[in-house]
Amino acid sequence: MNDEVLLEQFLAGDRQAFCELVVRYQPSILGIARHYVNSASTAEDVAQDTWMAVLRGAEKFEGRSSFKTWLFQIAANRARRTGTREHRVISVDPVDTVAATRFSSGGMWNEPPEPFTDLLGSQLDNVDVLRRVRDAISALPDPQKSVVTLRDVEGLTTSEVANILDLSEANIRVLLHRARAKIRTSLEDFKGTEQ
Amino acid sequence: MALIKSINCRQAVALISDYLDGALTTRNRLRLERHLAACDACSAYLDQMRVTITLTGTVGPEDLSPEALEELGNIFDLYQAESKDDEQ
Repeated sequence: MNDEVLLEQFLAGDRQAFCELVVRYQPSILGIARHYVNSASTAEDVAQDTWMAVLRGAEKFEGRSSFKTWLFQIAANRARRTGTREHRVISVDPVDTVAATRFSSGGMWNEPPEPFTDLLGSQLDNVDVLRRVRDAISALPDPQKSVVTLRDVEGLTTSEVANILDLSEANIRVLLHRARAKIRTSLEDFKGTEQ
Repeated sequence: MALIKSINCRQAVALISDYLDGALTTRNRLRLERHLAACDACSAYLDQMRVTITLTGTVGPEDLSPEALEELGNIFDLYQAESKDDEQ
């Protein structure tokens, strides 16, 4: 069921519809909050405030953005106000996202990577593959995790993610590149153990 | 047209995420596409990144503990009670 339908239902008093949205978005909201505040418990407080603000303001949601972008924006605003974390400095220095040992001194692959095509299609529902992806996301450092979650899991645009996390689009791209590369490496290792 | 400097595999790999997001400059996009046309290994890497992004878009949210869900559900009850008070 899509978000807007759930929104209408909870406005009509359906608790279950509200809980469905909570299940869907609470982890991302906590991720956004953690970007701005120091402790997990403060992040939880920010998330609670966010949901209360959603309940109080849902009738005013005009649908100019998607529900989730609106929701994440509320979370970011609340977290910013609460925020105690020093402003993050994201290094944009080039970082090898594939182990340097995989390349020759001339920068060519020593052993070429193999396509992942067989991880898709029939195996898309493969619980192990998806668990592997989820574990890889969980293991990412904070800013990379927030960026990849908002961009690739939630499907927001780079500009929306930059806005929510108060980072430049260039920083978002660097973090996204690193995060995706780590998830890719994890899938490559997984594929290696499966064969 | 100015000569486009060729790149090696290691440099190509560094451009692929931005390429998939359409965020490369024209010059870098042309460099990468020329490299990909001649390099099966980097084309395979590109495929890996595409699949990685697709799979990442398929994972659902992390599981929420029943306690956390109950606590947040209570906010709904609190709000409902608050609204009723306002009506009275």
